[in-house]
Amino acid sequence: MLRFVVRRLALTVPVLVGLSILLFLWVRALPGDPARALLGQRATAESVENVTRLYGFDRPLHEQYFTYIGALLQGNFGSSTQTGQPVVELFKNGFPATAELAFCALLFAAVLGIPLGYFAARRHGTPLDNLTVGASLMGVVIPVFFLAYLLKLVFAIGIGPLDFLGVFPTAGRQDARIAATHPTGFYVLDGILTREWDAAWNALKHLVLPAVALGTIPLAIIVRITRAAVLDVTGEDYVRTAEAKGLLQGTISRRHVLRNALLPVVTTVGLQAGLLLSGAVLTETVFARNGLGSTLFNAITLLDYPVLQGFILAIALMYALINLTVDVLYGVIDPRVRVS
Amino acid sequence: MRRTSRSVRAAALLGAVAVALAGCADSDRDNGAGAGGGGGEQSGGTFVFAASSDPVALDPAFASDGETFRVARQIFEGLVGTEPGTADPAPLLAEEWETSDDGLETTFTLREDVQFHDGEPFNAEAVCFNFDRWHNWTGLLQSENITYYYGKIFRGYADTGTGIYESCEAEDEFTATITLNAPFAGFIQAMSLPAFSMQSPAALEEHDADNVQGTEDDVRFSAYATEHPTGTGPFVFESWERGQQVTLARFDDYWGEVAQIDRAIVRTISDGNARRQALQNGEIDGYDLVAPGDLQSLEDAGFQIENRAPFNILYLAMNQAVPELADIRVRQAIAHAIDKDAVISQSLPEGSEVATQFMPDTVAGHTDDVTTYEFDQDRARELLAEAGAENLTLQFNYPTGVSRPYMPTPEETFVAIRSQLEAVGITITPVADQWSPNYLDRVTGSEDHGIHLLGWTGDYNDSDNFVGVFFGKQTDEWGFDNPELFSALEEARGIATREDQTPAYEEINKMIADFVPGVPIAHPVPSLAFAPEVSGYQASPVQDEVWNTVTVSE
Amino acid sequence: MTLIAPGSGSPVGDPFDGPTAHAEERGTSLWRGAFARLRRDPFAILGAVIVLTFVIVALAAPLLAPYEPARAQWGNQVTPGSVPGPSAEHLLGLDAFGSDLLTQLIYGARQSLLIGVVSTLIGLSVGATIGLLAGGIGGWIDVLLMRFVDILLSIPSLLLAVSIAAALGRTSTSVMIAIGVAQVPIFARLLRGSLLAQREADYVLAATSLGLRRRRVVMNHMLPNSLGPVIVQATLVLATAIIEVAALSYLGLGEPNPTVAEWGRMLVKSQDRLETSPQLALLPGTLIAVTALGFTLLGEALREALDPKFRR
Repeated sequence: MLRFVVRRLALTVPVLVGLSILLFLWVRALPGDPARALLGQRATAESVENVTRLYGFDRPLHEQYFTYIGALLQGNFGSSTQTGQPVVELFKNGFPATAELAFCALLFAAVLGIPLGYFAARRHGTPLDNLTVGASLMGVVIPVFFLAYLLKLVFAIGIGPLDFLGVFPTAGRQDARIAATHPTGFYVLDGILTREWDAAWNALKHLVLPAVALGTIPLAIIVRITRAAVLDVTGEDYVRTAEAKGLLQGTISRRHVLRNALLPVVTTVGLQAGLLLSGAVLTETVFARNGLGSTLFNAITLLDYPVLQGFILAIALMYALINLTVDVLYGVIDPRVRVS
Repeated sequence: MRRTSRSVRAAALLGAVAVALAGCADSDRDNGAGAGGGGGEQSGGTFVFAASSDPVALDPAFASDGETFRVARQIFEGLVGTEPGTADPAPLLAEEWETSDDGLETTFTLREDVQFHDGEPFNAEAVCFNFDRWHNWTGLLQSENITYYYGKIFRGYADTGTGIYESCEAEDEFTATITLNAPFAGFIQAMSLPAFSMQSPAALEEHDADNVQGTEDDVRFSAYATEHPTGTGPFVFESWERGQQVTLARFDDYWGEVAQIDRAIVRTISDGNARRQALQNGEIDGYDLVAPGDLQSLEDAGFQIENRAPFNILYLAMNQAVPELADIRVRQAIAHAIDKDAVISQSLPEGSEVATQFMPDTVAGHTDDVTTYEFDQDRARELLAEAGAENLTLQFNYPTGVSRPYMPTPEETFVAIRSQLEAVGITITPVADQWSPNYLDRVTGSEDHGIHLLGWTGDYNDSDNFVGVFFGKQTDEWGFDNPELFSALEEARGIATREDQTPAYEEINKMIADFVPGVPIAHPVPSLAFAPEVSGYQASPVQDEVWNTVTVSE
Repeated sequence: MTLIAPGSGSPVGDPFDGPTAHAEERGTSLWRGAFARLRRDPFAILGAVIVLTFVIVALAAPLLAPYEPARAQWGNQVTPGSVPGPSAEHLLGLDAFGSDLLTQLIYGARQSLLIGVVSTLIGLSVGATIGLLAGGIGGWIDVLLMRFVDILLSIPSLLLAVSIAAALGRTSTSVMIAIGVAQVPIFARLLRGSLLAQREADYVLAATSLGLRRRRVVMNHMLPNSLGPVIVQATLVLATAIIEVAALSYLGLGEPNPTVAEWGRMLVKSQDRLETSPQLALLPGTLIAVTALGFTLLGEALREALDPKFRR
């Protein structure tokens, strides 16, 4: 077991190192002066000179790289060209909002997707099967920012005769007029911890539409994987034997099929982290939620290179950790994987 | 059917949850938590305003962006304010002032009933503390990106020896005399800028305001700027959730009209559509810079639109580093090719005025006597032929990802002008750049651009603040060397009084119109939108908008 | 953006850990069997019809469209608050800048096809090369190449596309390259996996024991057997590309001409007019969704058709 973990770790480290090299080269490959890129609109002739000296842009490449790595290892991922805030601080501030959103999105996708996938698999070959899979694809083929916008229009603002559907808020994580305290930064949790039930409920309402919009992406994957897993398992001999022996359909489903089907869903959660983040960049902006996604959106539109660089590295790190955890868990559950 | 399939049960659960959520839709208009503080006259409530970006830091001496100033205007005040709804100076912390005949000494008589938020008294000593603080900035604090306004107005610091500020004397407790070493006719108007707000000396010292750490690329503002901004204004700083919102509370001991609302919240919503939708849904009470296309629909839906008198200019600049553009006939041809009315109807808010020169008509020096270039396509083609430029190909730069008060929809404006230029035979190569830093770098900091769109909102009512900024010296943006114009502007800047300046600037405007370095297009009308429950908002062309008169009814 | 395909060797729905080996024994009956199944699958037909219509419209755009695209010829009829609706001269009215909407939509198909095909080809060629080298040669080259693929995978695809577009500048080519590069890991893993799976197959052992050079075996035998999954993946990737372009437009990337006939661009531009002139956003948005759906349905149907595990 330990060897497995060590081996997986050993594979992760070169990836991160390689990524840092790529990012290092990237800033220097951008059109224009790398010092200007790091200063943004705060660049003046003098500041450009200072930064060039500070970062050693005039020194040989390998020397620069070691300075860069040195800073990274000390936790200095650079600072935003817009606000001067350290990237690490921006990441810490944005993390709770995005984690909340991603969690709810996955919850939505799982709660809706697993039953749908099962339903489709049990009706395999019938039009209902195709229809279910087709419907789950809707979320994926509609660009997420457009879907978010439409959801806002219908379920927040309300259009014409369907005005009564407009019950949700359009922007932010919590109503501005509610004075709530946020010890952890996870607003719903905070409301519960401080017993400010109003605040918790309000934060929850603000999560519904964004979670649905974002959740349509993993929804399609979960439906498909559950369906495939269920089909897989129900095709197995042991299930057919059980059926032949006359065991109730329900028993078979509950005990064997679903449990085996849940496994792949859990393992793909880690893979979907990247998708969720890309979706969050757009969803958080449309819903004005202040998280990693909207920070990235601002960094992209304002070309805030230190933030982009730092976030990509931080995200890769996070991603690697998630995948490692998932793989280890899977290795614990399924011994075959450990041996491969 | 005996078995209830899991999926049906799940669907039922989801349905129940959805119904529950819908049923529990509490009103979005929660009343503010604080009850009316002093007396019972305050109507109370919370005013929520949406900003397009987070402030950079809350010390206005270190800021140059509109959103930081918006918040700063509530917390801080300067010696001079503006007449409501205009850009003209009016007494604020200074009740009156007198300038000596040589224009070098200005004596301010201060109000005697003003307190800072930390309880410290406002007096002449505090005034001099602030002026000297700015003057004595060194190192990092002198760089343009941190102290833009001081550098621009006062042109130097204690250790550079180039500044026009000489000294500040506290004659008595409420009389302060500022001495300059060169006359500056716009001095009083400049003092209305938020960058020159009076800040509490005690607070500045206690929280080490000038301790701006780090380096150029890694500026860390001190705790003063992020947690303890202390001024004299009608609102006190309460909290700042970075990236999300700034919360201000009413200052009950304000010397002027105490605010009606208990709290003001400035919420950051960077997407323009999201701001509008938040207003439509009742989550905010107002926002700024309404997109031209939304004005009518918001009004129809019952929201209030407040227009600001335009104090800006939108222009098409022509880079004379490009050889064809150095020929005045080509520039005149382009001027004739543009139909300004069409540009306004296609891309700017209704009511925007056509511009004939590079300043709005409220600024001294504006004159109707300038050469204008009527929309005349035949004349344009004639001039191009004369200049031998029938097959002219030009690079046309425009910015993306931005909406400015003077340029609300750059893409639409670009398309409108491009069509007009193509109609007279000019071939356009579009070049788009992200507003910051690329577009600004390219059009103001390099030679690599052709014709481009840009503009300017005036900071205060001073002619130099418009044409001096654009044409005061040779720049990469315009790419020309016109010593006559430069020296005329240099001279005009130094004229001691407004009355004497006016004819000088009128001449300058005529000179510019004849030289055609660019085409002034319009003065777009910037608008704010408010919920029906809001009243009392006083719009200002220079955004001197303080919210102590705002009420939010139930 | 990896929409549907896990591409990571998840044990479920992995199309190449069994069937292709069997396929070799039965020759081309895999394909014949696949087509027979496809013909019976209504959603496969739907997908195929959508894709075919899309391709025909894209290719025949100059013949089908009533006017020239992207010229904003009627710009003076457009104001920030209103856009002329359908009329006799303009069947669908004008777009947000004043070009004919129908023309823009038709040429938009062409642009989407172009971007989709080019970026898929980039992803396919680069990815397949990497995968073949890694899977075919093995050893430390395999390790090195796959670590590079892992690096690409560790960056969320949108950020990857943005970084590349930022480095290459604002042109439509840089967008195509950016999207293409984001697809490289998928194809790399696909080809490598396929090769690895087949390495153990009997026919390969037979061929190598007969003295055939490894490269011949790879090129002439293993590669054609991987064709199925590659085609499936290519259709799915094309669907992704069409949507990703819209997302990149939302982020402000894409070509400098704002009036360009490109669905994603048109959608982003018209979102704020959704309440006054909904057709401006709904039409391109629906077309994006339908086209992506068509490719996805076709791809998914192909995948199922080629995988005998799903035969019942």
